[in-house]
Amino acid sequence: MENFTPPKRDEIVRVSGIGVRRDGRWLVRGVDMSIARREIVTLIGPNGSGKSTTVKAALGIVTPDEGEIWRAPKLRVGYVPQKVAMDRSLPMTVNRLMTLAARHTKAEIAAALDQVGIAHLGHAQVHSLSGGEFQRALIARAIIGRPDLLVLDEPVQGVDFSGEVALYDLIGRIRDETGCGVLLISHDLHVVMARTDTVICLNGHVCCSGTPEAVAVSSEYTALFGPRAAQTLAIYRHDHDHAHLPDGTVRDASGHLHFDHHAHGPHCDHQEGEKHSHA
Amino acid sequence: MLESFFTRAIIAGVGIAAVTGPLGSFIVWRRLAYFGDTMAHSAILGVALALFFSITPIAGVFAIAVLTALVLAFLQRRGTLSADSLLGLLSHSALALGLVLVSVMPNVRIDLMGLLFGDILAVSVADLAVIYGGGALVLAALAWLWRPMLAGTVSEDIAQAEGFQPERTRLVFMVLLAGLIAIAMKILGVMLITAMLIIPATAARRLSGTPEQMALYASLGGVAAVLLGLWGSLYFDTPSGPSIVVAALGIFALTSIVPLGIKGPSA
Repeated sequence: MENFTPPKRDEIVRVSGIGVRRDGRWLVRGVDMSIARREIVTLIGPNGSGKSTTVKAALGIVTPDEGEIWRAPKLRVGYVPQKVAMDRSLPMTVNRLMTLAARHTKAEIAAALDQVGIAHLGHAQVHSLSGGEFQRALIARAIIGRPDLLVLDEPVQGVDFSGEVALYDLIGRIRDETGCGVLLISHDLHVVMARTDTVICLNGHVCCSGTPEAVAVSSEYTALFGPRAAQTLAIYRHDHDHAHLPDGTVRDASGHLHFDHHAHGPHCDHQEGEKHSHA
Repeated sequence: MLESFFTRAIIAGVGIAAVTGPLGSFIVWRRLAYFGDTMAHSAILGVALALFFSITPIAGVFAIAVLTALVLAFLQRRGTLSADSLLGLLSHSALALGLVLVSVMPNVRIDLMGLLFGDILAVSVADLAVIYGGGALVLAALAWLWRPMLAGTVSEDIAQAEGFQPERTRLVFMVLLAGLIAIAMKILGVMLITAMLIIPATAARRLSGTPEQMALYASLGGVAAVLLGLWGSLYFDTPSGPSIVVAALGIFALTSIVPLGIKGPSA
């Protein structure tokens, strides 16, 4: 548990030594985690390392078999789960989805959709959306109620690469504007939001945590993901050298549409990078 | 006006259809068709036990329907059998158990066809009071719980994380379904209740853009099926309950083939 950040002021969620067991097996155990207002916490770890389980426990969706969870009273949560399987028999427009958990005015709905770049899809049926559009709609739904805590389980899945940058930007902006805490699960081990305050690296337990820079050089991280991963842990920096185009793509200072997070060396065999095209 | 058995049948059918619309929509959205069927089948056992203990059948049906749902939840939690196998087990066991129990009871002559397919033409004024009183109660509870129920239907995880209690909502829904089965049992019988839950809702699906529209259209479709079915049963001298279901099927067929414009909700 080296590098664990000391107790913070203005905490909204604190998880102490929780463990979740299923069918006699511990999915996660001994997890400590704390989220404060205005803080962005990112969980990374391999598949099956218990990232989603930890988040679900923190939110009260899963009851832990050991440990304690504290949530600020009357905490307003906006949650984007990893998967939402809506039955096709349920008719639902994007606009109607926005008022799923509470009433909102038309202006609030339009503003939320505009923030995630799908203002034109308000009247579309949710089932007709692409994966990326549906993901954006779910994020809009989570942020429309101005939550105290925004929780996103792999928010960039199905979103193309330039959209990924825009979404990370948006998450940072929402934090700045509303002062909410953000709990993020990253699907990509190599890209962690620059504005992440704390990275927690999970592998059935907390193997290391701290600032992104500290985690990248920690021996636990290297042991878990291999030395090459440590070299390639790129941190997305929020530099104002690019523009966000209306269609969601990003244009950098030289006019190229791209977001090149790390170079692929001759021994590049990790799968995470392969789906990213380099413009 | 209530002196005519046919008028009473229409009023009863319309009252039931108004409730099956939104309740049936949830059954379709949550893929609970077989679950509803199982609860309905257990109603036979409820009637048998009510006769045995000399209580009013509606109370027996309601209690056994709730008990069936609880037993199912219990078996699902601990067992290794899939939900549909468990439903098959419970559904047919409750039906058979009820039929056996009714047949061995001394001094009881039961209208078996009435139990299975209902008798909407035998509705009394007291039955109407039960249907409209109970139906209004079920609809009021549904309206009250609409947002949490819908949130839980889209994602129980979201509902739980954002302050609803999906598990409790599910329990309340089950009680409402048991309530509907109890009041509709006499009208539609155990075999046709599920039909009135599922068919109008599925017929409404293609025409609807939002959940609320679908619930409303399902009620309207159900009412149309009742009117059409009763008229048909009178005109062709066919059994009334099945005629209503056939009319509902006709409405489903009609909404399935009717062309929707480019701006239609399912486009």
